[in-house]
Amino acid sequence: MANGSDLRLSASKLDFAGALKDAALAALVAFGLFSLLLGFRTDSGPTGQLAAFPRPEMLAVAVAAVFAGRLIVALIARSHISDFAQSNLMRLIAAIAPAFEKFRRFALPALGLLAVIVYRYSGHEFRDLSILLLVFILLGWGLKPTLLAFALLMPVLFYSNRYFLDLGILVLTYIMLGWGLNIVVGLAGLLDLGYVAFYAVGAYSYALLAQTFGWSFWICLPVAGILASFWGILLGFPVLRLRGDYLAIVTLAFGEIIRLVIINWQSFTNGPNGISGIPRPSFFGIPFDSSDTGFAARFGLEFDPVHRIVFLFYLILALALLTNFVTLRLRRLPIGRAWEALREDEIACRSLGINTTNTKLTAFATGALFGGLAGSFFATRQGFISPESFVFMESALVLAIVVLGGMGSQLGVVIAAIAMIGGFEFFRQFEQFRMLVFGFAMVAIMVWRPRGLIATRTPSVFLNEKKIIPADIIDEARQ
Amino acid sequence: MDYFLQQLINGIVLGSIYGLVAIGYTMVYGIIGMINFAHGDIFMVGAFLALIAFLVLIAIGVTAIPLALFLVLIIAMLLAALYGWAVERFAYRPLRGSHRLAPLISAIGMSIVLQNYVQLAQGARVKPLPPLIPGGYTLIDNGGFVVQLSYVQIIIVVTTLILMTLFSWLVSATRLGRNMRACEQDLKMASLVGVDIDRTISLTFVIGAALAAVAGIMYLLYYGVIDFFIGFVAGVKAFTAAVLGGIGSLPGAMLGGLLIGLIETFWSAYFSAEYKDVAAFSILVLVLIFMPTGILGRPEVEKV
Repeated sequence: MANGSDLRLSASKLDFAGALKDAALAALVAFGLFSLLLGFRTDSGPTGQLAAFPRPEMLAVAVAAVFAGRLIVALIARSHISDFAQSNLMRLIAAIAPAFEKFRRFALPALGLLAVIVYRYSGHEFRDLSILLLVFILLGWGLKPTLLAFALLMPVLFYSNRYFLDLGILVLTYIMLGWGLNIVVGLAGLLDLGYVAFYAVGAYSYALLAQTFGWSFWICLPVAGILASFWGILLGFPVLRLRGDYLAIVTLAFGEIIRLVIINWQSFTNGPNGISGIPRPSFFGIPFDSSDTGFAARFGLEFDPVHRIVFLFYLILALALLTNFVTLRLRRLPIGRAWEALREDEIACRSLGINTTNTKLTAFATGALFGGLAGSFFATRQGFISPESFVFMESALVLAIVVLGGMGSQLGVVIAAIAMIGGFEFFRQFEQFRMLVFGFAMVAIMVWRPRGLIATRTPSVFLNEKKIIPADIIDEARQ
Repeated sequence: MDYFLQQLINGIVLGSIYGLVAIGYTMVYGIIGMINFAHGDIFMVGAFLALIAFLVLIAIGVTAIPLALFLVLIIAMLLAALYGWAVERFAYRPLRGSHRLAPLISAIGMSIVLQNYVQLAQGARVKPLPPLIPGGYTLIDNGGFVVQLSYVQIIIVVTTLILMTLFSWLVSATRLGRNMRACEQDLKMASLVGVDIDRTISLTFVIGAALAAVAGIMYLLYYGVIDFFIGFVAGVKAFTAAVLGGIGSLPGAMLGGLLIGLIETFWSAYFSAEYKDVAAFSILVLVLIFMPTGILGRPEVEKV
């Protein structure tokens, strides 16, 4: 048990030399690792041939960074600061929680009152009211309704800021993909490395159907979903007998095969040039243009290209929420319970008479369905698709979002997608480091919190009282 | 017939490269039962290390090609082995005993890290290197098709044979090899009878990475051009080779490598070069579905 006196004790005879030794060793290894790859730049030399140019400053910075990082980690590990902080943090949370509960009960009506007052006297700023409303919801009901309310209000709040709307659409697309993949990875425990294949099938289905037959988006959308789902079954049927990691590699191979076929089947898919001029979505038949029959004219509004963006935003929001709703509902059905049972222990599942192949297949098909719907949306939003958009990295990105958020956690996917897709948009100059950080984050999460950031799990089915199960108990039960 | 002979030579050379990478997959899978997804990227890092080491050697005045190549081989093997060790230590060791998908996800993360690290450090453009060992023998020249066997191809096949022999000896006759075989049979039992399993697993990664680095050097010599993305496709193909030969089996890895190399070469030669990767990936899928134990592998018993 670490407490205050322990901390003082360990701080007084802190093993500084040992930590220094650790750090020096790490720096030595780092020097070996970085010596050639960071220490030299390869470029065309004066004669036009490739030559190596030393850049010792970069090597020095990298090694120094490793040294400093390892020193800090070693010092923290040697003192009991982390134990101390953790135990006190826990005590603090335990103390605050009931008080917060009381405050919430009091705060709800108080904030409602405040909202009315502010609205009355603030010059009727809609934005102020919305922000207040969000705080109100956050305190009253928690994070999930706040995120939902924010998503609903976003086009109104940022109507004049097209960049934010586009970013919102992008994040929502990844949230939808993450939720779709979460059915396969998080619920059924099948590692799918080729999820982007279904995204591609959906996108190409919409593009080709709309261009060849002139079908409208609302007909193509379900058709694309069904086609993707059909591919899911087709690909899933032979491979789902395989063990976890073999399955992962085979799905990866399928993802690559589909991409390579798209690239090489020029007469059908137009190959690497992609398909352009994909019809944009209409408001249930009414196009978003400046003509007399356009959306703006029909509803008596002034024409504004942002109308379409707002429509796209609500469209992907609705699709994403549909994914979430279906997932949450399915989890309560026997099939959803079978998925979760399958994830926990396949052999036990089979012993209980669950048909594992069918169970896996439905998970695969359902995940593929939502991937296909998201793909359709992607095609109509971009107006242009090419095989470039469906590379393995895209699968890895979606998988990273699911894994970082906590496999099986719906909220975790949202937070991870916002942090990873939205977060990096704010650090545009670090764009090229995005995948590097993703990779490190995947490793770090697996090492420190293998169950993901949101590592608690609410059981889908419960008796009388809903209890939240913390990750350590889940892992304990698995032993 | 001449065309066939030429393709046979090309296929065997390509197969040797795949075989060397496949050994890394099969050893790691045999011992800790995980797919080391980052292994293909270690191969890529090995090729880059070799390229830079060679350029540095040229810059400091080592211009005798045989000496330079020998030094490059040593440097690239050592540093790639360090990469292999670091990846295992940092990303895999803490995960032993975690849930079953954790090591694979961590390996995918590590693969992304290595790819992007090399891309950021060395740029995304391809790195060309002029042919170092030009020339070769002309086997058949009857006016029509010329069948050639270049010196590079001979070096690749001979080096592979030497390394394979050395490695088979290491596994069958040394203490380390005995420890590795013990760990492969039963990790817990091996640790109970006094095998230092951490050290054995580390060394397995180190040896696998060193062999992958040799494959990387050969790839560099043979194709003369590398980029940060070569590890992904080569990795999947080498893994296919390991699965085809029977994962966990060393002769199987070599056999699988040769088969994949031959299939890929003949497919490009007689059918279509565009679909050669599709052919390799399809073999992976077919083998895993219909023959999951591979050619020389043992059937796996599922235990509770």
